[in-house]
Amino acid sequence: MRMLQALADAFAMIGALDRDVLSIVGLSLRVSLAAVALGCLVGLPAGALLAIARFPGRDAVVAALNALMGLPPVVVGLVIYLLLSRSGILGPLGLLFTPAAMILAQTVLVTPLIAALARGILEDSERELGEQLRSLRLSPWHRARTLLFDARFSLVVAVLAAFGRAVSEVGAVLVVGGNIAGSTRTMTTAISLETQKGDLPLALALGLVLMTLVLAVNLAAGLVRGHAMRAYG
Amino acid sequence: MSALLPIVIEALAFRPCGAAVIDGLSATIATPGITAIVGPNGAGKSVTLRLLDGLLVPDGGSIRFGTRQAADVRRAMVFQRPALIRASVHDNVALALAAEGLARREAAARVGAALERVGLARRSREAARRLSGGEQQRLALARALVTEPELILLDEPTANLDPGATDVIEGIVAGLAQAGVKVILVSHNLGQVARLAGDVLVLAGGRAVEHGPARSVLTSPRTPEARAYLNGELPWTRFAAAS
Repeated sequence: MRMLQALADAFAMIGALDRDVLSIVGLSLRVSLAAVALGCLVGLPAGALLAIARFPGRDAVVAALNALMGLPPVVVGLVIYLLLSRSGILGPLGLLFTPAAMILAQTVLVTPLIAALARGILEDSERELGEQLRSLRLSPWHRARTLLFDARFSLVVAVLAAFGRAVSEVGAVLVVGGNIAGSTRTMTTAISLETQKGDLPLALALGLVLMTLVLAVNLAAGLVRGHAMRAYG
Repeated sequence: MSALLPIVIEALAFRPCGAAVIDGLSATIATPGITAIVGPNGAGKSVTLRLLDGLLVPDGGSIRFGTRQAADVRRAMVFQRPALIRASVHDNVALALAAEGLARREAAARVGAALERVGLARRSREAARRLSGGEQQRLALARALVTEPELILLDEPTANLDPGATDVIEGIVAGLAQAGVKVILVSHNLGQVARLAGDVLVLAGGRAVEHGPARSVLTSPRTPEARAYLNGELPWTRFAAAS
């Protein structure tokens, strides 16, 4: 009964556009989308260059990049915490326990993921187009850009995976954000805290929003990708 | 500008992972127009084309283009399967001009002219990968032409096309040669070679076994290897074993 009541209350909170829920959801989205955007800026070109580059030790770099996909969020949080803490080399920036610190931590988490997935996708593209692009005497950077453009619809998968990882992780943002109400409290840290406090309606409401967001983003991206693939072949 | 011809291939060798794909290939291509390279599968035709394009670097020997430096020769290659990006017809051709840093208007004019030449000007806004096989190959030709090459290398450009599409491509290629572009064509289609080529280079086992005017090579080949290939005799390997 208690569960059902909590679920009913959760739906009521969502329906009433509860201010706490909206604020937490808004912050979560801002942090995760910013982290994914920054991760794309670095990860996509890195993945593309790695897809076309041939150099000694490349296999080791690829293996390391793949391994970094599984970085434990709480360890990333700890390292960023140490860097941003008062005695850390980035301490003077005063970013600890701010959304900026959370963005930084999530960027570190998602960048290798985006780069590794992009590298795999773009290597397939390179096998198909690489010889032609080299024959056109394009520079490595231009070839990388062309591959990114050509595989843009497939790369949506990498971006979605990164968004899923960012928006659903709890360890890193908890350590560097501190879970401060109204400032650094995200959906995942709030769910964790409210569950421990016994405030199940808020935890469930946030959980429902989180699940709906992830499903909706994936569904929308899938539809757009399918339509684009049909249009461009 | 000094002459592109003769193209002198001397003792060319290409041995990826130690296995000789091209093994002391020597030939002099001195005539303008269309030179066809023929030979059985594995003879090294496509690799020779890639070495001429600069896509592959030889392990030995040399290729000289008249009195020119290889880097100064404007070359373009068209592959058996056109590799097109997921973009419009126009953008696929414009890609070939990316390295030239042209003004947008000039690039658009050149792309338009190249598409006109292959009969695709009206399709420029369409998705390239939605074109038929023959149209895609014409698009690949337009992408090669837009760079205004002196030498165009064609690797079985009609291998997957029906007779109608083949005829259109052959017309474009013949027009290019008449316009002064040197064409080197790899083909298994001996009818096509007879229709287009001025001279024919026969390869076997990574070496040139015969080279001469198309009519004489196709009708009265001098070497047993060329004769066996042109007569469709199998197994080809008996010559490799004998040598």
